[in-house]
Amino acid sequence: MEAHAMERVAAEPRAAERRAPRRKWVRPVLMWLVVVAIIIFCLFPFYWLINVSLKTGPDLAQSDLFPPSPTLDNYDSIFKNGDFTSALRNSVIVTTITTALALIVGSFAAYALARLRFPHKFLLLAVILSISTFPAIAIAAPIFKLWTDIGFYDTYIGLILPYLTFALPLAIYILTSFFKEIPKSLEEAALVDGATYFQAFRKVVLPLAAPGLVTAGLLTAFFVWNEFLLAQTLTSSPKAFTVPVAVANFTGSQKFEIPLGTISAASVVITIPLVAAVIIFQKRIVAGMTAGAVKG
Amino acid sequence: MEAATARLGRRKARKRKSYGSEERRLAALLLSPAMIVIALVAAYPIGYAVWLSLTEYSVRVPGKWRFAGFDNYTKAFGSTEFWDAVKNTFIFTGLSVTLELVIGLGMALAMHAAFKGRGLLRTVVLVPWAVLTVVSAITWRTLFEPNLGLAPTVLGKLGIAENVVWLGQSGYAMAVMVLADVWKTAPFMALLLLAGLQVIPDDVYDAAKVDGATAWQRFRRITLPLLVPAILVALIFRTLDALRIFDLPFVLTGGTNGTSTLSLIAQQELTTNNLIGYGSALSVLTFVIVMAVSFIYIRTVGGNIRSLAEDN
Repeated sequence: MEAHAMERVAAEPRAAERRAPRRKWVRPVLMWLVVVAIIIFCLFPFYWLINVSLKTGPDLAQSDLFPPSPTLDNYDSIFKNGDFTSALRNSVIVTTITTALALIVGSFAAYALARLRFPHKFLLLAVILSISTFPAIAIAAPIFKLWTDIGFYDTYIGLILPYLTFALPLAIYILTSFFKEIPKSLEEAALVDGATYFQAFRKVVLPLAAPGLVTAGLLTAFFVWNEFLLAQTLTSSPKAFTVPVAVANFTGSQKFEIPLGTISAASVVITIPLVAAVIIFQKRIVAGMTAGAVKG
Repeated sequence: MEAATARLGRRKARKRKSYGSEERRLAALLLSPAMIVIALVAAYPIGYAVWLSLTEYSVRVPGKWRFAGFDNYTKAFGSTEFWDAVKNTFIFTGLSVTLELVIGLGMALAMHAAFKGRGLLRTVVLVPWAVLTVVSAITWRTLFEPNLGLAPTVLGKLGIAENVVWLGQSGYAMAVMVLADVWKTAPFMALLLLAGLQVIPDDVYDAAKVDGATAWQRFRRITLPLLVPAILVALIFRTLDALRIFDLPFVLTGGTNGTSTLSLIAQQELTTNNLIGYGSALSVLTFVIVMAVSFIYIRTVGGNIRSLAEDN
């Protein structure tokens, strides 16, 4: 494939053609400049956050590119902060349970959508997918009121239920497209051999759809770990609040003396697992992100 | 012989029919858990929100309420708070989605052209995407904080925006909010567009080159038109997200200095001011605006859903 993008950037094409020898090195150099620019754009802000997290006291009043006296004090203090460690625990529990439920419930629904014949399938998929476009705020008010009335406010279950609702459409969409990729003949063979639908699903489809499960699971886990509006609205104490709430309210509580060093350290800690997941599962994540968008 | 075939045909037909009803029962069984959750935690609350928005709850006496008709909506339409939030939300959406498209397209073209660095680049651009929105807000806050932040220091030395407290002045605060969003989501746009670029066949370009098309012409006449479906999908995804923005203004400014958005004011009325009726009205209005846009979304990607729904 031609590097047409870079050619476009590289001066005027006709002038470049006349000076053919120059063009030979201009293109790769420009190419690498663009690549370096993208890398800096993407990584520098996160580097800056790490830099700030290693600063304390007067260093925090200066914009040095490297911490003049790097220290792990901020990290030390957040792990001694009970609110933050509770939030970490809550986030891990809520994320794990929601992801597991989304995969179980989602793969049932996706199997039906991918494999079984029944009426109004298009309508059903459209309804399921339209949920993913709902603004969370639209259900925040009624759920806030309902949860207060029935005692789900500030509990795990009070977060897991709405998270499951918002995670299901994407999980179902990804799993359905993965299930459709699996040749139907494999299951039919199992059915002919006397297997039940459930056995065919569990022994033939699920193992083959493992990459799809990983993708759907990762995107669900990312969504839950990241979610802020509902967590901020439906929780109020270390009993149930999640990491985004803990970190954001470090900021809000003291308007004028904001402990930016500590907040940055906490931010780095809660982001590291996600960055690690991205590095390990890059291919699976990109597959999931683009699942709905390629065919257009 | 013919009779035998006919009998066989009938038996087959009967078998398919019974198979069909068993299949339907199974489908209903498999779909019901997902549909029950969605109905209880999405559909029902939306209806309840509409009802709540027509009522007024007493802040002082718990449980005491009155039917208020359209009072909450009249209040919203008559308040500058609501119209400011509408204005800010649309300014934010317009600016951030446009910038994300331009930067995302540039990044996608560069990744597509780069042979060696593509895998590395793909991982690198996923880093901002993986960063939590709340953390993205904190990051950009530390970058624009007076004294601590690198951006005001560097810009000040260049003579740009000297003595500006970025998050403390309207206009500037919006700029930081847009930047934080563009940083986090341009990579998402880039990956969607890259996927679109990769399905354009090479021979189209080869043919154009043989015919003497310049690089710019090839981009204008081939790449861009063939990329339109991917661009549309990416734009709609991003627009819907931007219209719902809550995390960034909450952390960056708390909605002050011209950054209050629809989701933010609705949430604040609900929790900080405990106005359940009015907060619900604002939520319903946000919902209506977002759903109007998502209607366009369903129409655009409708073909995609239909192909998933097809039986193979």
